[in-house]
Amino acid sequence: MTDSALVPAPSQTSGPFLSIGLLRDHVGPSVVSEDDPRAIRIRGRLLDGNGDPVPDGLIEIWQANAAGRYAHEDDLRTDIPLEDGFRGFGRSGTVDDGWFEFVTVKPGRVPAPDGEPQAPHLVVLVFARGLLKQLVTRLYFPDESDANAADPILSELDETERATLIARAEDGGLRFDIRLQGDGETTFFAV
Amino acid sequence: MGLRHSSLARVRDEDVLGVDPPYDHPDYVGTRLRHPKQPLVLLPHTLSERTAPVYGDLAFDELDNDLTRQHAGQPLGERISVSGRLLGSDGRPIPGQLVEIWQANAAGRYRHAVDTHPAPLDPNFTGAGRCLTDENGEYRFVTVKPGAYPWKNHENAWRPAHIHFSVFGRAIPDRLVTQMYFPDDPLFPFDPIFNSIRDEKARDRLISSFELDLTQPEWSLGFRFDIVLGGRGATPLEEPHDD
Repeated sequence: MTDSALVPAPSQTSGPFLSIGLLRDHVGPSVVSEDDPRAIRIRGRLLDGNGDPVPDGLIEIWQANAAGRYAHEDDLRTDIPLEDGFRGFGRSGTVDDGWFEFVTVKPGRVPAPDGEPQAPHLVVLVFARGLLKQLVTRLYFPDESDANAADPILSELDETERATLIARAEDGGLRFDIRLQGDGETTFFAV
Repeated sequence: MGLRHSSLARVRDEDVLGVDPPYDHPDYVGTRLRHPKQPLVLLPHTLSERTAPVYGDLAFDELDNDLTRQHAGQPLGERISVSGRLLGSDGRPIPGQLVEIWQANAAGRYRHAVDTHPAPLDPNFTGAGRCLTDENGEYRFVTVKPGAYPWKNHENAWRPAHIHFSVFGRAIPDRLVTQMYFPDDPLFPFDPIFNSIRDEKARDRLISSFELDLTQPEWSLGFRFDIVLGGRGATPLEEPHDD
C-alpha cells in the first residue's frame, strides 16, 4: 500500500438494478444441464432482518466438479479430471419474492490447507441493494453427515452456526435459505 | 454463543474492512435490515477460496462493449469511452477476465421495472456491457455518460453519476462489484454510498480520470478507470487461537 497507485478499489453496492448487467445469457442458474442424471436442484430464499424476502438480490455459487477439481489453473491436482464444459459457477436472481434456484451437481471433496479433506460444499456469495460488499457463506450437504462431522471448518462451528450452513432435503432437491440478519442469521465468513 | 473451543477466529467486520465499506452503515438506509449482526467467521483460504470462475474463453462481439450501438439508433447523451487496466494486488495485469458493467441512461433512468424515476427511457439504450480484458489486462467500453438520479434514501437524495462494474479476479476474495464515478461530481459530499468508504484515498480510487489521450476526436470523451483487486481486509491467521 506504499504505492498509492496500487490502492485497491473498494466495493460498492450492486444496487437494485443488478439484473441489467449480471443476469444475462452468459451466466445462469444451471451449473450443469437439467438433463444431467447427477443434477440436483437447490432452492432457497433470501430474507432480511424482518424475515421479509429480498427481491433485488443476486446469489452466486462456486464449486469443484463432481470429482472434486476446480476448473481453475491454480488447482494443480491434475490426477483429478476436469469435465468438458463444467465451469463450476452459477448465478440466480431473487426477483421471485426472494427465491433463488440452481441446478448443479454435488462437488467432490477438496482439501483444506493442511491436506485434510473438506466435506463437499459450495462457496456462496450474496449481493443486493443494501449490501455494500458481498457476503460470503458456504452450503454443505445433508447426506454427508460423516464428512460434515469431520470437516475442518464445519466442525469448528457451534451448533447454531453449523445449522445455518447445511441445506435440507425438500421435494426431491435441497432447500437452503439465507437470512441476512436476526433469528437464524446465516453464518457468514470473512475472507 | 456460550463457551467455544474453536480454532476459527470470530472477527468484527469493523476490524477487517481493508479498503471496503462496512456492512452496517446506517446512513445508507438499505443496510439496516440487511447487515449481519453476528461476528464473521475468519475462513482459512482453501482451494475453494484460492480459485474463482474463469471466463476467458467466452467470445463476445464488438457490440457487447459498445453500449451506443446495441439498438437501431444512437442513444442520447454525452458519448464516452471508458477504459482501464485490471490489476492484481501485486500490480500485475490480469488478462482474460470478464468485466461486466451496467448503468442508467443519460437522463438518469435504468431500463428496469423497479426504477420509477420520472425521467425518460431511451429506446436506443439498454445500459449493459461486457468484455474480456486483453493480454495487458485492459478493458474498453463505449457508452454514454449516465445521469444522476434521485433515490429516496433521505430527503432530496441524489446518486452521483456512476457505472456499476463487476470483476472476478484470480480468487474468491478478489471478487469485486463496485461503482465508477466521474471527476468533480458535486454530489460526492452528500452520497452515503460513496462515503461508506472511510478512507479518502480509497474513495478516490473509484473516481475515473478524464484523459485527453483516450478521447476520440469528433466522437467521445475518454475516461480512465484502473481497477486494483485485493482490497479485502481479512487475512487468515497462521496460528489460529482460541478465544
